[in-house]
Amino acid sequence: MNEKIILSVENLDITFRTNAGLVHAIRGVDFELPAGKTLALVGESGSGKSVTMKAVAGLLDDNATVNSGKIFYNGLDLLTLSKRDLRKKINGQQIAMVFQDPMTSLDPTMTIGAQITEGMLLHQKISATDAKDKAVELLKLVGLNEPEKRVKNYPHQLSGGQRQRVVIAIALSCEPKILICDEPTTALDVTIQARILDLIQDLQKKMGLSVIYITHDLGVVAKVADFVNVMYAGKIIEAGTVDEIFYDPRHPYTWGLLLAMPDLDTTEDRLYSIPGSPPNLLHEPIGDAFAARNRFAMKIDEREQPPMFKISETHSAATWLLHPDAPKIELPRELRLRLERARKAANL
Amino acid sequence: MNNPLLKVDNLHQHFKISRNFTVKAVNGVSFEIFPGETYGLVGESGSGKTTIGRSIIRLYDPTSGEIIFNRSKISGTLNNKTRRMLRKNMQMIFQDPMSSLNPRKKIGDIIGEGLDIHEIYSDVTERNAIIAEMLQKVGLSPAHAERYPHQFSGGQRQRAGIARALVMKPKLIIADECISALDVSIQAQVVNLMKDIQAETQCAYLFIAHDLSMVKYISDRIGVLHLGYLVETGTTEEIFSDPIHPYTKSLLSAVPCPNPRVEKFRRPVVYDSSNVNYSAATVQKISDTHFVLL
Ligand SMILES: Nc1ncnc2c1ncn2[C@@H]1O[C@H](COP(=O)(O)OP(=O)(O)O)[C@@H](O)[C@H]1O
Ligand SMILES: Nc1ncnc2c1ncn2[C@@H]1O[C@H](COP(=O)(O)OP(=O)(O)O)[C@@H](O)[C@H]1O
Ligand SMILES: [Mg+2]
Ligand SMILES: [Mg+2]
Repeated sequence: MNEKIILSVENLDITFRTNAGLVHAIRGVDFELPAGKTLALVGESGSGKSVTMKAVAGLLDDNATVNSGKIFYNGLDLLTLSKRDLRKKINGQQIAMVFQDPMTSLDPTMTIGAQITEGMLLHQKISATDAKDKAVELLKLVGLNEPEKRVKNYPHQLSGGQRQRVVIAIALSCEPKILICDEPTTALDVTIQARILDLIQDLQKKMGLSVIYITHDLGVVAKVADFVNVMYAGKIIEAGTVDEIFYDPRHPYTWGLLLAMPDLDTTEDRLYSIPGSPPNLLHEPIGDAFAARNRFAMKIDEREQPPMFKISETHSAATWLLHPDAPKIELPRELRLRLERARKAANL
Repeated sequence: MNNPLLKVDNLHQHFKISRNFTVKAVNGVSFEIFPGETYGLVGESGSGKTTIGRSIIRLYDPTSGEIIFNRSKISGTLNNKTRRMLRKNMQMIFQDPMSSLNPRKKIGDIIGEGLDIHEIYSDVTERNAIIAEMLQKVGLSPAHAERYPHQFSGGQRQRAGIARALVMKPKLIIADECISALDVSIQAQVVNLMKDIQAETQCAYLFIAHDLSMVKYISDRIGVLHLGYLVETGTTEEIFSDPIHPYTKSLLSAVPCPNPRVEKFRRPVVYDSSNVNYSAATVQKISDTHFVLL
């Protein structure tokens, strides 16, 4: 890989102070984002996707402690900057974040236009009229009809899909280099979801954006991602190109996620589901955090955390199954068939 | 063929907002659900799915049309006997498990509520035994009866919601987007659970969802709703392999396919609904089970 790395996160470790005790939410996360590419972060609720990206965007909750780690943006370690410098130079301007529920990021008492121009007027040397023209232009860019009228609307006058477009327009208003989308379409209808994803991809091409998607929906990942990180219990347990993750997955958790996806092409009338639920991070897991739900778990999984085993330049996974001494296992039949079908449909 | 458990005939549900504005949420919808069957009802948000569910369970008074359930007419004015029969034999599971469970009540008491109202047990021991059995059936443990809703994960709360509906041994369960708020992997657990329970108790489901992906795994037949009209209905097989209505086709193609090389080049079918006028359309018969509004 000779691409320029715009963002790199090293050994990030974060805990939250809560009434019940310390929650060890992020337990050593490493990843890189090549400039202009799209990275997807997938995993079940509570696996640490949002917290990881809030750390990158400088939006961590007050009860969070970053115990260790580095977050390099264009070579600059963001964790060494003061809150003030972060807010002035990075947040919103270089790195912007779009959240799942547009209603929580919009101010119900302000017009759409005022909310889009707010950041521009604060951070850029721009006149009020120019900012307003730019707001109209941005609304046009995100595909809202009658943008001149829309700038005078309030959030409640728009539908869910329209609001999410406005949130994207706000995120883009300061021309960020990295756009982080946290489940941007989970609350939307599938037909609208498809249009929002197309829109973000379109903008990415036009503006040379690097994009990070957080999602639990592998259909969305297949559509948008170049690279995929699979997260479980505060760690990245498999990372690879989108092809490596979908056609040659190596971690049993990734297998489970793939199998649980409804597949419109099978006649199978039962869905696979990963048994059990993720561990409670109030108690530090011992050994492999996935062991209790893993039917391929071995003795060592109960004692020791697996390291990332390298499969290719771009592909690695943290499971003892990849240790040279591990017994060779046979893929579950359903998965084998599914992967065969997927490769065939993709002409691989 | 046996008699339908539920027959919805030409249901209209309109909401009068002001003197000169009425929301026509549901317009002439007809379908049947047979005992032990699952009927999937899909459509984008605002298409009228929740309204249909609420009209059937009589949270609303239907504007017009007839609803027959368990051989009794349940539209129009209800007498006490019919109301009781309806309350016992028809239950609802909601989308948001948190807001549908009373946060101040223990899970056991939430599940036992229906039993208490209808005095279905002879003593407390029997009541608690029924609740414990229910919890186990949905994959929770009897000890969970003592906990409060906020102490559960989303998937667990949805299981509790299912237990609450099941405890009455209803003949029909209306599940309104009951898995939409859950992770895909947890959705699979809940769908499988609902199928197991159906195999055991022969209850029927009206399974409401806004997309077709999971519906395929649970439904025997599917109805596609758009702007308050049922635009297509057929067996799951017919809807998936021979969709006729352009709206059904667009819904089917909007589901992303978990295969990157296929998905990156696929162009979903777009359906422009700005000029449709379903009130002038007529129902066309494709097969004994497959109908389209064209
Ligand atoms: N402010 C907070 N206080 C305490 N715990 C938190 C806070 N924010 C997140 N967590 C915990 O951190 C873990 C990871 O959360 P999150 O990153 O939101 O998960 P995801 O986005 O993958 O669903 C969860 O166990 C969550 O409960
Ligand atoms: N109680 C109500 N009063 C007025 N309008 C309503 C009411 N309930 C639903 N509607 C309207 O009826 C239409 C259908 O809504 P709903 O049944 O909730 O759709 P869905 O469940 O398919 O998203 C929408 O336009 C909605 O705004
Ligand atoms: Mg999250
Ligand atoms: Mg609804």
